[in-house]
Amino acid sequence: MSAFFDMGGYAATVWPAYGVTIAILVALVVVSVRSSRRRHRVLERLERETRRQRDP
Amino acid sequence: MTTSFHRLANPARFQKFARRALPWSWAVAVLGLGSGFVWGLALSPADYQQGDTVRVMYVHVPAAWMAMACYALMALLSASFLVWKHQLAGIAALAAAPVGACFTAIALITGSLWGKPTWGTWWVWDARLTSVLVLFFLYLGYMALAGAFDDRLRGLRAASLLALVGIINLPIIKFSVDWWNTLHQPASILRAGGPSIHASMLWPLAITALGFAAFLVAILLVRIRSELALWRTEALMRRQTRGMT
Repeated sequence: MSAFFDMGGYAATVWPAYGVTIAILVALVVVSVRSSRRRHRVLERLERETRRQRDP
Repeated sequence: MTTSFHRLANPARFQKFARRALPWSWAVAVLGLGSGFVWGLALSPADYQQGDTVRVMYVHVPAAWMAMACYALMALLSASFLVWKHQLAGIAALAAAPVGACFTAIALITGSLWGKPTWGTWWVWDARLTSVLVLFFLYLGYMALAGAFDDRLRGLRAASLLALVGIINLPIIKFSVDWWNTLHQPASILRAGGPSIHASMLWPLAITALGFAAFLVAILLVRIRSELALWRTEALMRRQTRGMT
């Protein structure tokens, strides 16, 4: 098991490469999904208001 | 192909397509990346020359492919925005730019980590590395230009032009390893005569690449829907202020 984590002496190359990849992908998902939810909430509120103004 | 592309330019049809495609693309992305990473890290063999550093390939190579595929897509969408005035295409290109920048950053960082033990340096200013850095700046430039105008549509038009001009960089990246002397190794997968690496490494690479591609589709769908919500909100707000005056 420790041989696996040691990566034949290249632990400092292999693990950061995978870590950076996963970190960037996860950050991209979190930022994109959050901003999408926020924008959809704003849009839905505005659409409700517009409907109310049109036919009160 | 062209007809289905034009059909998707209708926002309502796009939303329907996105709702159906999203769960599938997320599933393939998680399965592909998960199994590909385990395969690449634990089950595939070490290289007889590079040792375990070769495992960086399973993140570096697909990320670089996606960085280029994303740019090609962005340029195609920008062209369709400029030529056919498909606003959805322009918005989709806008949604794709940060994704492409992220893939390019992954390719650059993992490549740098890989370069240190194999080449003895984090960075060289050779044709391949420099042209990929240019790709990164093209993405950043596109985003900056798109956001630089008060009128979003004007900004998008200017950025779309940049995206089209920048497409010249793609063949330069692809053939840089053949045209110039470089530390970077030439293509071993997408080459005439077929892949030159062993199946024990080709399979995990293919699975990871599939995962990356599905991730690209999923994140693009999320981000395009997000941009659409923003543009629709602003259109409604403009209509409201016009109604008040």
